[in-house]
Amino acid sequence: MMSDLGPHAGFILASYAAVVLVLGGLILTVILDHRAQKRALAALEQRGAGRRSGQAAP
Amino acid sequence: MYRGDMASLIDLANPTRFMRLSVVVLPWLTGMAVLLLAVGFYLAWFVAPADYQQGETIRIMFVHVPAAWLALMFYTVMSIAALGTLVWRHPLADVAQKAAAPIGACFALICLLTGAFWGKPMWGTYWVWDARLTSVLVLLLIYLGIIALWRALDEPSRAGRMVAILTLVGFVNVPIIKFSVDWWNTLHQPASVLRMGGPTIHPSMLWPLLILAVGFTCLALVLHLVAMRAEIMRRRVRTLTILEAERLDRLAAQGVPA
Repeated sequence: MMSDLGPHAGFILASYAAVVLVLGGLILTVILDHRAQKRALAALEQRGAGRRSGQAAP
Repeated sequence: MYRGDMASLIDLANPTRFMRLSVVVLPWLTGMAVLLLAVGFYLAWFVAPADYQQGETIRIMFVHVPAAWLALMFYTVMSIAALGTLVWRHPLADVAQKAAAPIGACFALICLLTGAFWGKPMWGTYWVWDARLTSVLVLLLIYLGIIALWRALDEPSRAGRMVAILTLVGFVNVPIIKFSVDWWNTLHQPASVLRMGGPTIHPSMLWPLLILAVGFTCLALVLHLVAMRAEIMRRRVRTLTILEAERLDRLAAQGVPA
């Protein structure tokens, strides 16, 4: 099927490119944000920022 | 998580417990997403036949339709979370709300883009201002408005309440989108899967569509859980930063070097 996408191949490929770009961007953003927050939290806890707050580590 | 009974909801209300539980669930959900998307795309590309009317452009439907469902599903999830914020003051509700917005927005965007790329060869135009297309564009704009409001307000619990009100007001658009094809004479075809009397699609196309829909849903839930974890950590970082600043202030006032 993939070898012959017919006269509208460009539109089909553009659709899948849009999916890859939008979802790829979203996945990357979510993972990078998760990593950044994890590092920031670890740095704060290492400095003992939470000592007097009584909060548990995650 | 979304449909648990009240007891399990209260169990999950503890962010620390949520962090622990999500670590266990995430690898399984990710594996399911990868497997279902792989099988779904294989069927969609290599097994499903070309449509007798749409030809090969039917391949666009396999991503367009799940994206549309997920854009609506995530808005519904956000609305339920908004109720959780306003009515039950559930500690995870506005975390869930905030994390869901960019994911729903991305699926609404994919729905509009793939719809346009299908519309050009099939309808002869990328865009028409008909009821279905316009109401989905409004959904994307509401998503963007919600994301902007989250960014405009610093204090998370206050932002959560204000966004919750906006989200619930915007929910009126969800049934409008769903029934727009029945209420108005639109260019967009009526529902062919979720309709009274059963689907009107041939099984060779229905199966890949359903498998991809569940696969994309798993992927979206994985992203939602990871984004919720990041949001919980962001709030802890915020609290700890404030506590640290207060501690340094106190030390400075006592004349002790920090």
